[in-house]
Amino acid sequence: MTKRKLLGNASIVLVLFLAACGGAEKPAEEAAKTETAAPAGPAVDPATAATITGKVVYKDGKPKANRIRMDADAACAALHGTPVYSEEVVVNDNGTLRSVFVYVKAGLGNYSFPTPKEPVVLDQKGCLYTPHVVGAQVNQDVKILNSDQTTHNIHPVPAVNREWNTSMPPGSEALVKNFPREELLIPVKCNVHPWMKSYVGVLKHPFFAVTGPDGAFTIKGLPPGTYTLAAWQEKFGTVEQTVTVGAKETKSVDFTISPPAGAGD
Amino acid sequence: MPALHNGGLNRFAWLTAGATLLLLVAGALVTSNDAGLAVPDWPLSYGTWMPPMVGNILYEHGHRMVATFVGLLTIILAVWLWRSEPRRWVRRLGWAALAAVIFQGLLGGLTVLFLLPRPVSIAHAALAQVFFCLTVTVAVVTGPGWQREEPRLVEAGQPPLRHMAEMATLGIFVQLLLGASYRHSLVSIVPHLVGAVAVVYFGARAFERVRRLPRRPAELWQPAAALAGLVGAQLLLGPLAYWARLQAIESPQPTFFLVVTTVAHVAVGGLALASSLVLTLQCHRRLEIPATAGRFSRAPEKAAA
Repeated sequence: MTKRKLLGNASIVLVLFLAACGGAEKPAEEAAKTETAAPAGPAVDPATAATITGKVVYKDGKPKANRIRMDADAACAALHGTPVYSEEVVVNDNGTLRSVFVYVKAGLGNYSFPTPKEPVVLDQKGCLYTPHVVGAQVNQDVKILNSDQTTHNIHPVPAVNREWNTSMPPGSEALVKNFPREELLIPVKCNVHPWMKSYVGVLKHPFFAVTGPDGAFTIKGLPPGTYTLAAWQEKFGTVEQTVTVGAKETKSVDFTISPPAGAGD
Repeated sequence: MPALHNGGLNRFAWLTAGATLLLLVAGALVTSNDAGLAVPDWPLSYGTWMPPMVGNILYEHGHRMVATFVGLLTIILAVWLWRSEPRRWVRRLGWAALAAVIFQGLLGGLTVLFLLPRPVSIAHAALAQVFFCLTVTVAVVTGPGWQREEPRLVEAGQPPLRHMAEMATLGIFVQLLLGASYRHSLVSIVPHLVGAVAVVYFGARAFERVRRLPRRPAELWQPAAALAGLVGAQLLLGPLAYWARLQAIESPQPTFFLVVTTVAHVAVGGLALASSLVLTLQCHRRLEIPATAGRFSRAPEKAAA
């Protein structure tokens, strides 16, 4: 075979390969198989279940909010009559932090937890993700909506789960995905609108909560025991506490988060 | 005017090189705006040839449109050279440019389908510069100046100017790769800073050598002066782009200042590479190294004595 023919054939093979592969996605079932192999442990006894409540306090006053410029897409800009600010750090009026992911990090032993049938909803609304931080169990459906009259793409950037990137034009049907591996926390972004960011926390168990406009969280249904409770904030990282709860006990645990030394507001 | 010269072909070659510079700018806009995956599919965009140009789709699909235009220009250039260029090596340059632009398109597709794998993204940035060099070379060698019969000048100084120009060209190319690697978070800023020192050294030495040439031939002086000016501009744009990046850390999206400085830094880098390449080509055409001259790597200052 001449060099020229060889080069031509190689080009054809490359083009056919590209056309056939269609991207980096692997079948979700393949990834999910690795998670279903572990033997099932005992279930939590509801009669002894405990509750942990609390709030996440921000120590350093009210940081300067960074304004989002939506001028690049007129449809986005038209949706907001007032300036829109980044949700990276949102301090509530009572001095607490919003969108903090609080979860049981360790201490659960080998309990098994069924995958909830109800999906977690992540909406693209006003060219922002709602909610900004969301939790889901391993293999639980995440239902992604586009409520905007503009085109979005949704692109999670996980470290251990499969990365994918899907377009969602206006009027798209809901996209249902899941994450078969535990991962904290998966950044989700829209590359069309670079200010749009969200995070999905994926855990094997249901003991997590996200703080809202009051900065409070409640984790119910815990078996009695001693746990490491963690609170993750996207800019300031994770703080942890050890907490012990008895049968049917309700315990209050507050977190305090402050910016690291040298971090400017 | 030599019989070889084809004015129309030469103007078309320069058009292709100019469009390629525009393509480099369009590519830099994609990276700077974090728009690389704003269009999840390829070769179509959102399943169509013309998606809504909103948000970052404007940059990503705009880049594809400019790339398609450059691809068409390159096809015409290669065929034109094949039909009318008597020098075989120049015809081969045309085919090489065509092969490069096709492969570049495939690399672009791979970056989209495989979600921006860094080695592929950096290879895409590197091949862009190689392709730009090919189009500039075709434009230079099809020009009337290149084909004019002129006596070769014998170089007196050491190390030979052509070696300084070659090192400057290689240095700028490596520097552009390091810049791309930094933008894609593969390396820190340090290698890019070290590369800047090397580029300034070789660029300044080459410029100084041309400045000292008797009668300063225009075909050497013009690219050398352009190289010096562009490298000087990069010394301002580089720190400015880095400062803009630091300023934008808290911003929820790339700032206008960051985009403008970064794109200007990439574009001026491409122009500096082109200037250095033209200087190198002209050195090979116009200058002759005395037979006694040593090679650059063998302590040339002593060899000349």
